[in-house]
Amino acid sequence: MEIQKEQNGSALTIKVIGRLDAGSAPELSKELTTALDGVTDLTFDFAELKYIASAGLRVLLVAQKRMNKQGSMKLVNVSEAVLEVLDMTGFASLMTIA
Amino acid sequence: MEKITVEAVLENLQRVIDFATEKLEERDCSMKIIMQTELVIEEIFVNISSYAYHPETGSATFCIEFEENPNAVLMTFIDSGKHYNPLEQAPPDTSLDIDEREVGGLGIFLVKKNVDEISYEYTDGKNILHMKKFF
Repeated sequence: MEIQKEQNGSALTIKVIGRLDAGSAPELSKELTTALDGVTDLTFDFAELKYIASAGLRVLLVAQKRMNKQGSMKLVNVSEAVLEVLDMTGFASLMTIA
Repeated sequence: MEKITVEAVLENLQRVIDFATEKLEERDCSMKIIMQTELVIEEIFVNISSYAYHPETGSATFCIEFEENPNAVLMTFIDSGKHYNPLEQAPPDTSLDIDEREVGGLGIFLVKKNVDEISYEYTDGKNILHMKKFF
């Protein structure tokens, strides 16, 4: 997994490339702990995210809960495979998918 | 039936996935079936590596075989760790809203959603989880 960040004031776009699985999810989780400070508009760009497992979903849920308190969060360019997992777990209705 | 036994640590997850993926590709399974199977393997293997032998480590065996007419893959996970039936875990309530949703319980839920049959037995001190997926 690779993480690319683009910050524009209080707007942050995080591009997650590759696989968000049990091996890589802790890295994203750690990154978010500090990266979200002061962010009010968070976008996850999943154009190149090929696979997500429950470990990745947990990181998204924690991020969503935090952003509900300090701003908003959305997922963009979600692939069919990832969307299927979000749908199955009810995450698709908890999150804004653009 | 073919099988692979590895030490149940996260670092070995990819070995098990690669082992299974190779067999699925040999049978021309679609990318979708392969990815769903990968998810199933990850969730079970992560559970075993995180909890079965905690705080020690132990081994996990993954077996795979195929049936025809209809095409199905049969997968079995075996570990000798703590007696644990993952099928007894309460499913997450996917209708809850964000503040009520908890971060756990998703793994086995995803497994159940991505296989057609699943059963558990505890035999000779071993946790044995059988799964069947049509393709």
